[in-house]
Amino acid sequence: MDSAISETDERLPLADTATDGLKIVIVGGFGVGKTTMVRSVSEIRPLSTEETMTQAGVGVDSTRGVQGKTTTTVAFDFGRISLDEQLVLYLFGAPGQERFWFLWDSLFAGTLGAVVLVDARRLADSWYAIDRLEHHGTPFIVARNNFGPPKHSLDDVRAALDLADEVPLVDCDARDRDSSKQVLISLVDHLYTLSKVREGAS
Amino acid sequence: MTRSALDGEDPDRLYTVTGGRSSADDIDLDLVTLIVRESDPSAGMQSEHVRILEIAAKPTSVVELSSYLSLPVSVIKILLADLLATGKVSARHPSSAQAGGRTSDSEFLKKVLVGLRNL
Repeated sequence: MDSAISETDERLPLADTATDGLKIVIVGGFGVGKTTMVRSVSEIRPLSTEETMTQAGVGVDSTRGVQGKTTTTVAFDFGRISLDEQLVLYLFGAPGQERFWFLWDSLFAGTLGAVVLVDARRLADSWYAIDRLEHHGTPFIVARNNFGPPKHSLDDVRAALDLADEVPLVDCDARDRDSSKQVLISLVDHLYTLSKVREGAS
Repeated sequence: MTRSALDGEDPDRLYTVTGGRSSADDIDLDLVTLIVRESDPSAGMQSEHVRILEIAAKPTSVVELSSYLSLPVSVIKILLADLLATGKVSARHPSSAQAGGRTSDSEFLKKVLVGLRNL
């Protein structure tokens, strides 16, 4: 565990002109490379923290005698990119597991969009995350993190994920800064296209 | 997943830190609201408040404060509510959380794209 002193030394403060924080969430199962991607593009060493929330007990392990309430705790990583003098983009690596979605609204309301990071060997891990993002109305793209040369075409992946044609699907190497940056650009490009469609329709 | 500093955190400590208050629901702070110090720590201030004021000499997001102090986001929000109420800090709210937030406007997204391409 790092000491408080080394944390202080490594802290890289924002410019005084920073006014507007933005959020992008990278969702994916354990070991798929979320933290790696955050680290590749972040201007700070990735940090982690937790949020806890007490809610009416719906889980299987709710304890008797505490009036049906359970405390949900989720841990998540994040990094930071200063986009210009005012805009600061925060990238959150979020585990896609079920209990995490209880906290989605309180943590990630107002998120620009999401990247679903997938491992082609474990595509089924992503179904739930894609379903939840659709449910929350959060725009997203899917990025396949390549661990070695891909065995399947992106079309195969699209079919296996049952992904709508309009949702972008890209390849990436989460360890590579340019590749990870390109994923973020693909997401914001997609958001831009959606905004143009909306503005054209109004 | 990185090991969390909160693993094994003593619940009594969290209770003490927040003075027993448990709800951050009605505190209007986002993870990415930027907190800026408006005045120096004063004598007798609780140590977590002092720490926040030290860090927030430069704009610092709620989620970074949570990580630096190893306290859950909701606990940080409660601590910040005290500091905001007494004017010790100010909050720069994200435009996504403001009325008529225009973060999904094409003009806004274009600025984000330019920033990303210039990295």
